[in-house]
Amino acid sequence: MVLFMAGLGCCVLGVVAATVISLERRVIVVTLVGSVGCLLTFTAASQVLVSGRAESFHSSLVLPLAGINLTLDPLGALFVAMTSFVGVATLVYCVGYARGELRSRSALSLLLVFLMSLLVVPAASSVVTLLFFWELMALSSMLLIMVEQRRRVETRVAAQWYGAMTQLGAASILLGLLLLSTKGGQTFGDIRSHVAALSPTLRSFAFVLTLIGFASKAGAVPFHVWLPKAHPEAPSPVSALMSSAMVAMGVYGIVRVGNDLLGGGTLWWWIIVVALGVVSALFGALHAVTSVDLKRLLAYSTIDILGLVLIGVGCSGALAASGHPRTAHLALIGALLLVVSHAAFKGCLFLGVGAIERATGSRSLDHLGGLIRRIPITTALFVVGALSIVAVPAFSGFTSEWLLLQGLLHGFVGKSSPTLIMLLVGVVALALTGGLTAVAFVKVIGIGFLGQARSTAAASAHEVPRTMQIGMGILCIPCVVLGVAPGIVIPLLNRAIQTGHSSSVSRPVETGIGLSLVHLRGTIEPMLLLAGFVVIVAVIAGANSIRRRPARKVEAWRGGGDRPTARMQYTATSYAEPLQRVFADVLRPEIDVEVTHAVESHYYEQSLSYESRVGDAIERLAYQPAIRAVTRVGLAARRIQNGSVHRYLAFGFIALLIILVVLA
Amino acid sequence: MTDIGSSLGYGFIASLTQVVLVAIGGPLLMGLMAKVRTRAEGRVGAPIYQPLRDLRKLMAKEGLRARYSSVVLAAAPLVVLGSTTLAVAISPLVTTHPLLSASSDLFVIVYLLLTGSITMALAGLDTGTAFGGMGSSRAITIGALAEPALLVAVIALSIQARTSNLPTIVADTITHPVWTSTPTRLLALVALVIVVIAETGRLPVDNPNTHLELTMIHEAMTLEYAGSDLGLITLGAAMRLGLLFTLLVNLFVPWGVATGSSVLGLLAAVVFLVLKTSLLAVVVSLIEVHSAKLRLFRVPELLAGGFVLAVLAVITELVTR
Repeated sequence: MVLFMAGLGCCVLGVVAATVISLERRVIVVTLVGSVGCLLTFTAASQVLVSGRAESFHSSLVLPLAGINLTLDPLGALFVAMTSFVGVATLVYCVGYARGELRSRSALSLLLVFLMSLLVVPAASSVVTLLFFWELMALSSMLLIMVEQRRRVETRVAAQWYGAMTQLGAASILLGLLLLSTKGGQTFGDIRSHVAALSPTLRSFAFVLTLIGFASKAGAVPFHVWLPKAHPEAPSPVSALMSSAMVAMGVYGIVRVGNDLLGGGTLWWWIIVVALGVVSALFGALHAVTSVDLKRLLAYSTIDILGLVLIGVGCSGALAASGHPRTAHLALIGALLLVVSHAAFKGCLFLGVGAIERATGSRSLDHLGGLIRRIPITTALFVVGALSIVAVPAFSGFTSEWLLLQGLLHGFVGKSSPTLIMLLVGVVALALTGGLTAVAFVKVIGIGFLGQARSTAAASAHEVPRTMQIGMGILCIPCVVLGVAPGIVIPLLNRAIQTGHSSSVSRPVETGIGLSLVHLRGTIEPMLLLAGFVVIVAVIAGANSIRRRPARKVEAWRGGGDRPTARMQYTATSYAEPLQRVFADVLRPEIDVEVTHAVESHYYEQSLSYESRVGDAIERLAYQPAIRAVTRVGLAARRIQNGSVHRYLAFGFIALLIILVVLA
Repeated sequence: MTDIGSSLGYGFIASLTQVVLVAIGGPLLMGLMAKVRTRAEGRVGAPIYQPLRDLRKLMAKEGLRARYSSVVLAAAPLVVLGSTTLAVAISPLVTTHPLLSASSDLFVIVYLLLTGSITMALAGLDTGTAFGGMGSSRAITIGALAEPALLVAVIALSIQARTSNLPTIVADTITHPVWTSTPTRLLALVALVIVVIAETGRLPVDNPNTHLELTMIHEAMTLEYAGSDLGLITLGAAMRLGLLFTLLVNLFVPWGVATGSSVLGLLAAVVFLVLKTSLLAVVVSLIEVHSAKLRLFRVPELLAGGFVLAVLAVITELVTR
């Protein structure tokens, strides 16, 4: 715990440093101090994960009245370790990335405040502590979104959306946790010991309220609207932190409240979680396929992957509730491994987009192309992240999705039909998103990095500073290591899920050279598969190069026409057009076709303009009407506020009367 | 120790047999299907071993590479062929004990094939020509829609066998012959046939003989390839066809697959496999003769049909057991 507190202290020190140190050395000092802090918290969290012993800290000096309660148990430590890792990578990246507004005192200190709150949230062990740092996390990230607000007006709209959604979510969490602490005591320990005395209705209310808040943080549809707006507008290191660490806090909250504080709960709770996950996964995957803006695409893919995680968490809860603890654990391990590997690959990808933006000045796929020849190192690092998210075997995405699938697959036992239907829906959603994710990232790599440059900026792109590459590289390590040797982290995950009620069952996964399920039939050995692949490719390449001259360079085949220009290539929009057409009923693209006919004859066209946009249908159909209704109520309320003091006094008097009558 | 050694040795021999068998058998299968087609149309057609001669010719030719291409174009043939070969080596084609049979998971095989498809799609985009992009976009669309049907069909089989380990499923099917006639298997079979047709680019999804820009899918992606690169890619496609066909027959008619560890059993299994797969190829080829190519935007309907059948397979498994 000393190490953890020292780490947090470093973050505070970093905030101070950000405000006092002069501009030339500010970035390097702040990132250095912050990285040291992250390394300390990482060490502290790893110790807890390895030993399995929770450590606590209490002080009544920090927060007035309630005091601060921190407990680093294995579940929290997993998220702390993950956040610290991403934190180090992001800060290293910042050294090269920070320019302009991000180097200002306010931005750098906010970045460290954000990082610190991210580290404390999973360690908080009382309602007040959790909510305080939850709010700090929300506020600091909201302000960070607006760092570039002088140059780009869009950031303000994004921050507005984000602020509104995150406050609604926090209010919901506050209500839910208040319900849990009604029996006295606001620390998690108190809640655990009193929860059995609460009525089932109250517990269900509490779960649903907190679920709404946490799910909205995890970007679950229909509470996701802030995510595709906020992630793209923030500076890339902030996007990376938000997408890999902050969004995961939503999952953490659901697991902490549902599995730990409430001790499992009933089946229908988890059916809601799975339903949220299924809708999110499909919605996110489809929108990722059609997005052209790189960061927006990544934001939708975050919704997709977090949806898969929610499917895993929900199925795990349901399996536990229907008496299958072993498969429940398996599914939960899969889900948590997916959270961890998502943090790695999505962090890497967001940082990569920042690098692309730095190199070309654009993040629209339709302005890129040919980057593999201009910025080969960034490309290679980005591709590692992309292969991982597409779940190519021997990358982390594959291992985690395999474990998740095994959990669901072996859950198909017994006759409890609601659980079976849920598992079926979950498995189908997993299957549907797999192919779509592949399309989205083939599009990103194929259109963005291969082919010819679609703009002069892309044609003259330059490799980014070394520190930015190192930042991405740090996040590539877990993408590969968790894929090739997942055995390293599985024991830690086993420990993390032992928190709370379900500590009765031993490990569901054995680790050796690969992974194998205990008492169930299923094994993968990614290391051996990789070795086999390398040997086979080496043999083929060797056999193919015997007595062979290197291939002659020629012009690309032009089909008898002129030299192909960059404009003749497929664009991101046209690449995904077939799928957009197939799923037009769900995506509801807005297509405008305008034809101007020649004056001489109606049969000839003079000009033709075509515009197709894929907006967020849920935002259009659910949120816009709600916003309009609220605005209308607000305008109507003006009528009773005419500025007359007498009237306001009368309102106060009447309100007092009503309260007295009600109380009497 | 000697036991592990001998089983490793056996596994190696078995895997090598499988790779050689599919590497030669895949192209022959293509030749056989072309032969059946031409015969059914009243023509004589090329000999069955024509694809092998084509391969030999391609491998001997000079390599050409587009000037504005990256390492992706050069590496793609190796990755495509490599991932397919790995899948062939670890699948239970002639024996239930190939190398790495513990890792021979259905999802591993599916994602290895997906890796090949992704690599091919990227190679199509590498030179930045319109044809490559067109083929890549179409292929990946069909792949993305076939993937769910494939996965769900595979999941139906795994739920029935209570494992997704492929050799175990095949071995268990041999000991439980009833499984092959359950509604689950039959529905999954139809779904898988549809997926295999889409994944191998056969009619009515794609026409392997066309070079008409309006219709071609796989051929458009490989337009930039020549010489030995094209040879590797063609071999990869043929092996993919061979693998999917043999897996299909082994999942539904597993008899003849060697479960012991005798070399004689291995030889018998090879003979059985060749017979079974040739029969399947003749049937698929006859279906092809009688079907016209679907419009590109009708293909999703076919694949959605496969997907629904696969989901039904899972549901019947849950209801009937």
